[in-house]
Parts: sequence; C-alpha cells; structure tokens
Amino acid sequence: MSEPLLSVQDLRVGFATEEGVVQAVDGVSFDLRPSEVVAIVGESGSGKSVTAQTIIGLTRANNARIEGSVKLGAVELTSADDAEMRKLRGERIAMVFQDPMTSFNPVYRLGDQIVEAIRAHRPDTSKRAGKERVVELFEAVGIPNAERRVDDYPHEFSGGMRQRAMIAMALAREPEVLIADEPTTALDVTIQAQILGLIEQLNRERNLATILITHDLGVVAEVADRVLVMYAGKVVEEGTLDEIFYDPQHPYTWGLLGSLTRLDRPRPHRLPQIAGSPPSLLELPEGCPFRPRCPHEFSKCTQYPGLEARLADSPAHRDRCWLTPEEKRGKRQVEGQIGLEAPR
Amino acid sequence: MSALLEVTDLVKHFPIKRGILIDREVDQVKAVDGVSFKVGRGETLGLVGESGSGKSTACRAVLQLIKPTSGSVKFEGQEIAGLGRRQMRPLRREMQMIFQDPYASLNPRKRIGQIVGDPLKRQGVASGSELRQQVQELLERVGLSSEHYYRFPHEFSGGQRQRIGIARAVSLKPKLVICDEPVSALDVSIQAQIVNLLDDLQDEFGLAYLFVAHDIGVVRHISDRIAVMNEGKIVEQGTADQVCEQPKDEYTKKLLAAVPIPDPRESRERVRNG
Amino acid sequence: MIRFVARRLVGMAAVLFAVSVIVFVVFMVLPKQNPAQSLAGKNATPLLVKNIEEEWGFDESLPKQYLTMMEKVFTGELIQYEPRLPVSDRIVEGIPATFSLTIGAAAIWLFFGLLLGYLSAIRAGGWLDRILTGVSIAGISVPVFLLAPVLIYVFANKLEILPNGQYVPFSEDPAEWLKHLVLPWVTLAVLSIGFYSRVLRSNMLDVMNEDYVRTARAKGLSERQVMTRHVLRNSLIPVITLFGLDFGATIAGTAIITEAIFDIDGVGNYAAEAVAKFELPPIMGVALYGAFFVVLMNTIVDIVYAYLDPRVRLGETASG
Repeated sequence: MSEPLLSVQDLRVGFATEEGVVQAVDGVSFDLRPSEVVAIVGESGSGKSVTAQTIIGLTRANNARIEGSVKLGAVELTSADDAEMRKLRGERIAMVFQDPMTSFNPVYRLGDQIVEAIRAHRPDTSKRAGKERVVELFEAVGIPNAERRVDDYPHEFSGGMRQRAMIAMALAREPEVLIADEPTTALDVTIQAQILGLIEQLNRERNLATILITHDLGVVAEVADRVLVMYAGKVVEEGTLDEIFYDPQHPYTWGLLGSLTRLDRPRPHRLPQIAGSPPSLLELPEGCPFRPRCPHEFSKCTQYPGLEARLADSPAHRDRCWLTPEEKRGKRQVEGQIGLEAPR
Repeated sequence: MSALLEVTDLVKHFPIKRGILIDREVDQVKAVDGVSFKVGRGETLGLVGESGSGKSTACRAVLQLIKPTSGSVKFEGQEIAGLGRRQMRPLRREMQMIFQDPYASLNPRKRIGQIVGDPLKRQGVASGSELRQQVQELLERVGLSSEHYYRFPHEFSGGQRQRIGIARAVSLKPKLVICDEPVSALDVSIQAQIVNLLDDLQDEFGLAYLFVAHDIGVVRHISDRIAVMNEGKIVEQGTADQVCEQPKDEYTKKLLAAVPIPDPRESRERVRNG
Repeated sequence: MIRFVARRLVGMAAVLFAVSVIVFVVFMVLPKQNPAQSLAGKNATPLLVKNIEEEWGFDESLPKQYLTMMEKVFTGELIQYEPRLPVSDRIVEGIPATFSLTIGAAAIWLFFGLLLGYLSAIRAGGWLDRILTGVSIAGISVPVFLLAPVLIYVFANKLEILPNGQYVPFSEDPAEWLKHLVLPWVTLAVLSIGFYSRVLRSNMLDVMNEDYVRTARAKGLSERQVMTRHVLRNSLIPVITLFGLDFGATIAGTAIITEAIFDIDGVGNYAAEAVAKFELPPIMGVALYGAFFVVLMNTIVDIVYAYLDPRVRLGETASG
C-alpha cells in the first residue's frame, strides 16, 4: 500500500465566540492516497467544510484554535507559517468552492483571474504564455470556444461553465490534491452530473487525489473510494464506499441513506425521515451527539462512544455507536430504498 | 368534475430594451412560452424543471403576482388572468404560496404569532384571543409548539421556519397551495420531514398542491401527476409513474438519467455499459 | 461602451435642458411680479424696466421668452444690479478661487479618508479601528461654522502662523496662495474625511467576506495581493462614484459657508451675497452654473462606474 499523500490526524478546530467555544471539528482523522477519492459527508454544522478549509489553512484567525496534525508528505500544515501555506495553495493543494456564481471576482476577466493563479507561483510566466495555458485548461475541462471565452467576464458564463472554469483554475499548477467543497450543490441536476463526471475523469486521468465534501450521498456513490460521515463536528462512521452503502453501521448513516430517492424503485408510502434537527454546537447533548434524534437510543448512549472498528473482518470500517453489530443489522431498515442486503 | 385550476396557453414574456434616449423593445425573454395544465381538487401536480425553465415565473403568473402576457388561468371555473389586486383579494383565501428561502420569506421584525395570524385577521376570520388560540393550534399542527407564538424568526432553524411558512399558508384552509421549491434550501434529513408534513396536511385539509421543484426524486414522491418544463414549455405530462418510468421526451430522459444513482454497484454497472 | 457613453451624454443634455426650463419657470413665469422688474432690481427706473421688457420680449409667447432668456444667458447679457456687471463675468472671476478651494480640499479628503478607512478595515475591531472611528465620527459631527472660526482663532489670531481669510491667486504669489488656503481646505475636508473613511471601511468589510476573496487566498495569492487586487479594487468602486457626486456638489456651491467665513471671493460667496440681497440675475446664473457641474459630474461618474464594473457596462447576461 502506497504512502499517504495527505494524512490528517485527530484534527480539532474550535472557534471562540461571544456565546462560548464552538468546536466545529472534533477529532477527524483520515489518509488520502494518490488517485484516491475520499468523500466527507454531512449536513449543516457537521464540520465538513471547516475540515476542508483548515487543511488548506483558510480558517486561521485570532479566535480559531487548531489542534492535531495535517501532513502533506513531510510538511506539517497546521504549524506551517503563512508564507509556506501560500506557496502550497494552488500549487500542491487546490480547492474548488461551492457557489460558482460568487467565487470569481466580477470585475476582472475570467482568463485573467486564472493567469493570476498561475503567476502567483510562477511570476515569470508571460501574460501570453499564461493565456495559452488557460485555453489548454478550458479545453481539458470541456469549455467550448476556449480561445474566445478566455476574455469573457464571469457573469458571461453560466453556472455550470463557471464551475468548470473554477476546476480549470484549480488544475492550473497541476496540484497533487484537489479539495472540492460541495462543487455541485448550487448547480442544476444535469449540470451536476457533468461536473461530477469531470471530477471523476480528472481523478482517473491525472491521478489527482481528491477530497469531496458534500451533503448528498447520491453524489458520493458515483465517485468516492472511501467515505467519512460527519455529524456535529465528529466522524460517526467511516469505511469504503461499499461498506458504507451496503453495511452501514451508524443510525445517522441509515437516516442519510434512507433520505435518498431511488427512481427505479417503487415510491414508499412515507419518506423515511430523521426526527429533530442538527444540534447547536454550543449545546451538544451529553454522550453521543446523535442521541436526541436516534430512534434506537438506549442506556449506554449517555456515554460518549469512541470511533472504533467493531466488525471483525473490516478493520478499516469504524463507527461511533454502542449497538453491537448484530443489533445494528437487526435494527437498520431503510424501506428497501437502497441496495442494502436483506437482514441476515 | 371540473378542475380546481385550469391553465391554458399561459405566456409571460419579459421585454429586453435597448436604445439611446428612449428604450425600445428589441427582443423578449420568453420565460413562460405557452404552458397548459390542470390541477384537480385535492391532487398534487408536480412541476419539475431546472433553473431558467420558467417554473417559478409560471407560478407567479398563475397567482397573478405578475401579470401574464397572455393565456387563461381559471380557478374554480372563474377566469383570473389579468385581474387586478383588489379583484384578487377575495381569491387569496383560496390560493396560497410557500416559498423556497425560509430565511428570506419571513419578516424578521414580526413575531411568529403575527406572521401566521395576519392572514386570518385580514380576512376577518378571527381576532383577539380566539385568533391566538387558532394560531397556536396551527403551530402545533405543523410540528412546532404553541409557545413559539411569541418568538421571532431568527430564533428558528431553516426547517422550523419552513414549517412557519406552511402554517401561514394553510391558515385560511385554501383550496390550492403552490409550493415553490419548499425543500431545496434545507438539509437532507429535514427535507423528508417537511415533505411528509405537506402530505399529512393535504390529507387532513383536502389541499391541492402545485409542487414546483428541480429535484425529481422529491417531486415524484409527492405528486400524483408530473409536468416537465424546459425553456418555458411543458415538454411532457403524465402520472408520476408514467413520466418517471416511461419518459417519452428527450429532455425528460436526460433529466432522469442525470439523477445520481445512490448505489455503487449499479453505478459501476452503468459506467461499464456506457 | 460607446453606446453607453452616448446614452449618458444624451441624458446629460436632456437634464440640463430640463433644469434650464425649471429655472425659467420658477424665476420668470411663476412670480406675480413683472419679470422685468425682478431683473431690473430695487432701484430701477421705469425706463430701465421698459427697456428690459422689450429686450427680453416679455410680451411674447412663453417658449419664445425661454429662448430669449437662454440666448441672453449664453451671450453674457444677464446683468446684476449693483454694480452693473454681467453675471457670467462675475462667475468666471470667482471660479479660480472656488476651484482652488474645492480641488485642494477634495484631494485632502480623498487621501486621508481612504487611508483612515483602509487602516480601520484591516484592523477592524482593534484599538486603532476604535480610535479612527471616533475621529471619523467627530469629523462628521463638527459643523463647518464652528470649526472654521475655531481654526481661525487658534492659527490666525493666537499662533499667527496662518492668515485669517481672503484668497490670493496662484499667479500672484504661490506661497501666499497656499497659506491662505490651508485652513479653508482643512475645514472643508474634515467632514468628508470622516464620511469617506466610514464608507470605505464598510465596503471593505463587506468585500472581505465575499467568496471571491476566499478564492483569491486559496489560489496562493499573498495577503497584500489579495487586499489590493481584490478587496480594495472592488471596495473603491462605490467610493469613487460617491466622490464624483460630492465633488460636483461642492464645486456647484456647497462650499458656500466655508467661502463666506474665510472671505474667499468664489462662486459660493457670490451666491451667498446674491441670496442675502435677493438679486435675481446672479441667483439664476449660479443656479445654472451649479446645475451644469452637478450634471456633468453625475455623467462622468456613471461612465467611470461602467468602466470599472463590467456588469454595468455589458448588462448581466449569461451565455454558454
């Protein structure tokens, strides 16, 4: 097994606010190997975006407290100084954000903004060479009429094209790691499929290790190798794609899987739902954070469960739930919505 | 039995104006380009389409929130297309709307009790303590608690705010509720709650829904019939099962094919088979 | 872009026309008094009044009267009473003083206002921000008619390092020109420094939270590059348009009080005197002069804004 490209160990990120400390990320660990796609799935408040932004150093602030380790090869990112981080951003790790409509500066031409990204690391690149590279990149991400569009302004591109341009910009310096933070959430479903296809293709063709942040498990099924499910700042389950989809261990994961719609299956009478809403990070419940919403809660749940591998033959499949594997298999039912094996 | 809502050849064009001193109309944005559909009593018609398809504009034109360029909108047999605000007022009891953005659609300066109670008060249904009681019952019915009556919108989460919007919309027991992307802005685990709530309210109050969304999975679940919109036109209409399982139109097929398959094995199969 | 500029110029002409018509109606048509009488002045002889009546054609149709009036304005025949001078001459005389005052003050307030605003924004919430905010608010709050006499008292009367008023033309003596303008510049600038620093600070704080600033950092740009190329560039756009309008209004005459207190013989002072004595011709003249500059600056501002923000220029359209 090859050496991990990026190694996150017990990452914790807390923000001091007027109402108290918000622990946005509470002990996240994972490895990313070359050409792997790791998906981090969660809803609002889960900490998935903060994790992604902390890796690249964007959450550094006076009121932020970052603990743990993020290693890119041999470089420790959490303690790297600002100059070092600046050199890495765009060069070795690149990031694509959620809303393509607001992620580009509206007053500069789009091509110029990508050339800026190139010259941030290679200042000696001529404007002409930069523009040629942009045309190349536009073609690689499927933007038609590349030569002409290089001089257009962001508002002259549609949402899907802007997102492609964002990806093109991220690829400009041929980074080793791509972090995509909800790259398709703001897009129409037909465009979503195209962008996902593009990310998957780039991952395959360029060996581009990718961290995909999303709230949509459906998106994950097409692209990911491994999945981390986050809730209230903590990882509640992690495993390979097949493990998460076909043998999910945590009740929150069951809930997320249940909320997926399958067009090729008959409609359920009632949409499976998770009761309640995600907790405020300032008032976390005692013990398991999912406890108030969990239909299977029992006495042990007031003790905070550790993230452990509880299945004998899947040491990399870990979860944070006190139920035994047998109990889990018995209790999980998702109304036949997904490809779960029937309970044995 | 005649349909509750009958829309025929509805058109809404927005003029594009250019000129130096005086603006001249040079072209038009055909947001809604001849759309026809019916919604029967107590049934749900799903209107599905991507951004720019015209579905939101169509809703507003149906409710006369914007004036249609041409076409007919009949509510309970009465022609309402082109009616002015005063003439529409008595009809507002019967036709309501739920909006997409739970953070923008509630007036942050008003208390929940006022937001939900205003329609009842305005239409003269109740007042004073009787009004308060009715509103509190309504709040409980949509899954909130009666003490929320005194709170402000900012104290609630997105899902809760959407419930408030729903309470406001059904307070007058309308016959038709137009839901314009009511769950798109919500977390996945909350979406199902709201959809189920809408289902329950429909059974209880006999509401008809025009349910507009871009997520065909959700639309399929709640709708009896579905109409697919693309670039201002309806390209396909039928029962939910018909449209989703045996789509006839190319765009519909494209839309259905784009929905991610949340099943890794099948997804891999699909890729292998091209 | 060309079409945009053409539109704006046509608009400008239309507005100026409208203003001139309004001036005509307000001063000539509406008052009960015979307009010739108003033009002639308090000590006019009936003969003078009759002459004016004939020259200006007040017995003819209104549109013709309007045309006559405009002709007279442009050929410099608008004449004030005491002393008997063409209004336009007097205005032209006053322009160097007013322009010196306004342009100098504008340069000062723009420079310091933006500097303070920038410093406040990058250190938002800190002690420097708090101090600068206090200074800004003080500046906005102090009225001109209080500040000016105080400055005069301190610097001219007590310390005697600066003169207490009057204007010395640059051509006469550059050093004196400068010395005489220092206090008036400061007086006029203090208010705007406070205002502009608040505006820039607020814009910058908004822009710093925008997604595209986050993208800029994620690309690997240095903090300085992010600040200048993305934050400042975008924050300054509304400030520039604000400045254009402000400057236009100041040149048009809102420097009236400053000119009056410092005894600077500019257009503002002229207007102040005319209003005090209610002399119609100068009032009309200054009104047209003022309107011209305000409309001109408005137009320039519109054009500059379109140049800086491509969305305005091209109209928001999406293609591809």
